[in-house]
Amino acid sequence: MLKIENVSKSFGALTAVNDVSFRLGDTGISGLIGPNGSGKTTLFHLITGFYKLDTGNIHFLGQRINGLPPHIISRKGIVRTFQQTRVLPFLSSLDNLIAAAPDQLGENLLPLFFQPSKVALQETRNSEKAESVLETLGLLKLKDSPAGDLSYGQQKLLEIGRVLMAEPKLIILDEPTAGINPTLIRHLVTILKSLRDQSIKIFLIEHNMPLVAELCEKIFVMDSGSLIFSGTPNEVQNNSRVIEAYLGRTADAANT
Amino acid sequence: MDYLYHILIISLIYSIFAQSLNLELGFTGLYNFGHIAFFGIGAYTSALLSLNGVPIPLAVIGAITLAGVAGALLAIPTLRLSGDYFGIATLVFAEMIHLVFLNERDITRGPMGLPNIPRPEWIGSGISSLPPFLIVTFAAAAVTFILLRRITNSPYGRSLKVIREDEFVAQALGKNTSLIKTKAIVTGSAFAGLAGVIWAHYITYISPSDFTLQETILVLLCVVLGGKGTHFGPVVGAFVIIFFAEFIRFIPIPSEYIRFVAPLQGMVYGFILVIMMLKRPQGLIPESRKFTTTNA
Ligand SMILES: Nc1ncnc2c1ncn2[C@@H]1O[C@H](COP(=O)(O)OP(=O)(O)OP(=O)(O)O)[C@@H](O)[C@H]1O
Ligand SMILES: [Mg+2]
Repeated sequence: MLKIENVSKSFGALTAVNDVSFRLGDTGISGLIGPNGSGKTTLFHLITGFYKLDTGNIHFLGQRINGLPPHIISRKGIVRTFQQTRVLPFLSSLDNLIAAAPDQLGENLLPLFFQPSKVALQETRNSEKAESVLETLGLLKLKDSPAGDLSYGQQKLLEIGRVLMAEPKLIILDEPTAGINPTLIRHLVTILKSLRDQSIKIFLIEHNMPLVAELCEKIFVMDSGSLIFSGTPNEVQNNSRVIEAYLGRTADAANT
Repeated sequence: MDYLYHILIISLIYSIFAQSLNLELGFTGLYNFGHIAFFGIGAYTSALLSLNGVPIPLAVIGAITLAGVAGALLAIPTLRLSGDYFGIATLVFAEMIHLVFLNERDITRGPMGLPNIPRPEWIGSGISSLPPFLIVTFAAAAVTFILLRRITNSPYGRSLKVIREDEFVAQALGKNTSLIKTKAIVTGSAFAGLAGVIWAHYITYISPSDFTLQETILVLLCVVLGGKGTHFGPVVGAFVIIFFAEFIRFIPIPSEYIRFVAPLQGMVYGFILVIMMLKRPQGLIPESRKFTTTNA
């Protein structure tokens, strides 16, 4: 589904992503792990078009997508969340979701005047869909609250809801469970599994190893910008290079 | 009574001007500090065309169109800039337009300005023209209100607010943010042009000094005081500010101090603007957190 070939990205002297290549299969949940600063988020920014690659190519469903602006990549079906939660604070939870609905006729000016009933119909459908997504997330009673008033965990859920509204083919999540309580994490896990069962591909960055092991069929490991290993959760947990990458970093931190 | 008509006409013109800025500032979060340029382009274009024999309705359409095109010319290169730089670019743009009015003497007559701007026959001139002019201005303000409300109470309006709240999120959700913002600026500029057109044919004499930063501050104040991102806010703001400005004129000021009044007024407006932004950024009419799309 997603093919990453020799992708690199530097910021000045720092090579954040160094000649990374791998493929994602069409189904299931894949994970991306690695110590802090290993380049995971940068790789996600490269896939979604928020950063431009220095070298390499990225293909999605057989089409080259590097070089395309983020909104085009999103329309092709890769929809993401952000590591730092980004809801639209002054819009209601419901509007946060409706805003994410794809191909809205009413986002163009002329149809507002010449096809108002079509626009209204689409709006009603999107709003119904948004309510059902809120229901799934357990946020329906907060639908009229400004998203900024929601708790941190609820905002993270809302962000996932926004992704669902966008009808993606590939969902990219940057640390979806960071900083949220165990109950919400279980809730999120249920949602992710049900998406997987609807054969929506998920690619996530996660530091919570037991969770990664539970969810992911395949795990990619990055360290200092390079892909150092990929395999099943079991293989990853027993691989010496992976253990070294994590432990080495901890030892460094202990020495400084 | 005639004086009241006059203040109402000016307030309505400013309400159009403020509503047009609100589309950019209030809904989209674009700090356009050069909005007066589009008011000026509308005023000069309509004045020049009608002074050169073009029928007034055509002159008006031409002026609004040119203001919209100028908006696109500003938007396309500057929207790539981040917020602060966009603000500075708009300021510079307005200064450039001001210099064009001032220096292209062959066309604009420079600092001497353009007198005797014609009006439609049926409105006429003098005191008796005030009621019909008020009706026309009211109609224009009402049309502006209805059109802008239709544009903003819609998925398009929601996408403007998404951009205002977080442009990266908008892009991640597949929104073509530069196109959406360009449309907002073109629309805003066209309506600012309409306000300028009405003003030119009302005052019948325009000169470059009418289109300066001071007027931009005034219209910013209308929007911020009234309530950014609302429909009635800029209208209320325009009426409050214009009535206040006219009220000041009745304060008896000894003639030796009269020269201080204009700069002092500017300072007072700037002061109110800062206070409002700090103490009540939502303005007199706060924006509703619940978005509605009207389909009527
Ligand atoms: N825009 C940027 N400009 C400069 N340096 C950057 C930028 N973005 C990331 N970096 C650097 O690139 C490296 C990789 O950062 P990245 O955010 O991709 O790491 P990460 O694996 O997501 O880490 P974490 O687990 O902490 O989120 C870091 O050293 C970071 O400081
Ligand atoms: Mg990261």
